[in-house]
Amino acid sequence: MTTSELTLPQAKEKGAGGGRPARRRVLGAGKQLHAGPATYVVLTVLALVSLAPLLWTAIAASRNNERLAQTPPPLWFGGNLFKNLQTAWDQAGLGTAMVNSVIVAGTITFGTVLFSTLAGFAFAKLRFKFSSTLLLLTIGTMMIPPQLAVVPLYLWMSDLGWSNQLQTVILPTLVSAFGTFFMRQYLVQALPTELIEAARVDGASSLRVVWHVVFPAARPAMAVLGLLTFVMAWNDFLWPIIALNQQNPTVQVALNGLGTGYIPDQSVIMAGALLGTLPLLIAFLLFGKQIVGGIMQGAIKG
Amino acid sequence: MTSSKQALAQTASSADAAPGDQPGAARRAHGRGTPPPGTSSWRSRLYRWDMKASPYAFIAPFFIVFGAFGLVPLLYTAWYSLHNVQLSGLDHQTWVGLDNYKNLLSSEFFWNALENTFTIGVISTVPQLLMAIGIAHLLNYRLRGSTVWRVVMLTPYATSVAAATLVFTLLYSWDGGMINWLLHFVGIDPINWRESDWGGQFAVSSIVIWRWTGYNALIYLAAMQAIPTDLYESAALDGAGRWQQFRHVTVPMLRPTILFTVVVSTIGATQLFGEPLLFGGVSGSKGGSAHQYQTLGLYMYDQGWGIGNLGKASAIAWTMFLILLIVAAINLLITRRLRKSQ
Repeated sequence: MTTSELTLPQAKEKGAGGGRPARRRVLGAGKQLHAGPATYVVLTVLALVSLAPLLWTAIAASRNNERLAQTPPPLWFGGNLFKNLQTAWDQAGLGTAMVNSVIVAGTITFGTVLFSTLAGFAFAKLRFKFSSTLLLLTIGTMMIPPQLAVVPLYLWMSDLGWSNQLQTVILPTLVSAFGTFFMRQYLVQALPTELIEAARVDGASSLRVVWHVVFPAARPAMAVLGLLTFVMAWNDFLWPIIALNQQNPTVQVALNGLGTGYIPDQSVIMAGALLGTLPLLIAFLLFGKQIVGGIMQGAIKG
Repeated sequence: MTSSKQALAQTASSADAAPGDQPGAARRAHGRGTPPPGTSSWRSRLYRWDMKASPYAFIAPFFIVFGAFGLVPLLYTAWYSLHNVQLSGLDHQTWVGLDNYKNLLSSEFFWNALENTFTIGVISTVPQLLMAIGIAHLLNYRLRGSTVWRVVMLTPYATSVAAATLVFTLLYSWDGGMINWLLHFVGIDPINWRESDWGGQFAVSSIVIWRWTGYNALIYLAAMQAIPTDLYESAALDGAGRWQQFRHVTVPMLRPTILFTVVVSTIGATQLFGEPLLFGGVSGSKGGSAHQYQTLGLYMYDQGWGIGNLGKASAIAWTMFLILLIVAAINLLITRRLRKSQ
């Protein structure tokens, strides 16, 4: 009963949360200058610069090594795409790598979204000693370069016998200062304090409040954070290439192997690069709007 | 310390810390939900305990994981930087004091890496941010299919460092590379990008620029959309044209965002690693056959996992951190000065 009562204002709040960009649109409406033809021309050129290297990756992946060494470079597709993709998948270890990367990035995304929402909620809506100091500390950790951790981590993981195992690259990135701050900024506005108080009056425990009030209100931001985290985790480079090798690689580790002469065929290397980028390109195709919104939201509030 | 805490509490309205246990408990009567009537006292005690402990439980995962995999390693890195730690003989770690740092400061490769990091940092960050402001300005017009334009500009961000560098390495290849082929149309002879000094640095920077310009453009766009339109209206009433509006309204209003992106880009540039590593091909962690584009991050990897001197690698990591702290302090000073002058 409590929950059904709670869903009503929460649904409304969700609308209000989504209404932020709408307000911006109203502000700009009519005042924002219409783009002239010159703007479209310039933007088209820029869009080509953005997309051309990716398109050319696909073209190069559809050729063979000899053709790629000739001048002029190929400007249209050849017939070797599937052959090269298969070679990259089997021989360059991209097959194992894709599966590993899905496991690694998936787990990191789940952990980061869950823990960031909990911590973000605590920082946004709960009172506790040193909360502002701890929040400042959390933000401060973003300054620390990953290079400062890799030597001890490498030694410890070797001691534990975890070298080359996936938990080695999952555990250190299971939480995120950026994510915590992102969720905090969202929940400060999107989660009305009265909702929490109403649940409290009904005697709901903190876990119940989280499950029935916080998670529903945070859902849009959780989805966006999940997308951003997945992109970052999929593309993470420094620690994975130290911790893993070609026997059990993630996609980036396998691509690193390709780049340092593991396979000398450029068209296969391009097929590997294409394959390793494909999942994120699909994600951009499906959720590009949300990802763009997430980056812009993080910018305003951050 | 207390004053800074208060200052923060003023800005972060929701995060006011309860001054003490007793007043905090008394204040809890205010709306914070009294336990439901008719429950036994252990239940209400449990409830109160839950109220007090849950915030800490919620933030605990972050601090535990960060502590274990961030903070403690950071301190251990400092410890290792004072020792001789070799990958080949991990059981023999001997105290060497500041030798690793002395060694570093007298190594020409360290200064070379520092210089390369700085050069590549500047030639990748400055054009990138300038272009990003321009692109954001264009995206801020009323466009048909505005979302599509934004997603397209962000697409390079979906490409990993490794994938992007592999592709660009092929585009920059000496014979048969796309870029040299395009340059021959304007009468430029093929450039050996990988072997040349400035050519390699330029190529590495171009990868960074390609991957990050769209991302930064979106950040500027968000800030531009938050600028109140009446500022533009009054500027227009004063007879300011489009360019003058951009110069005298948009750019000043973007100043905090520009500083933010400069800080973030500087942090990124200091850690630059994957692009020069993969662009070097078989020369790998040397950063080109003559170390032309070996950055600090790459130098650290080279010393640690190429040569196997983990103690020296730790010293490089801490030196990078100190450089970042100095950069952050300079940024803070500039921000303060800007704020005062306004």
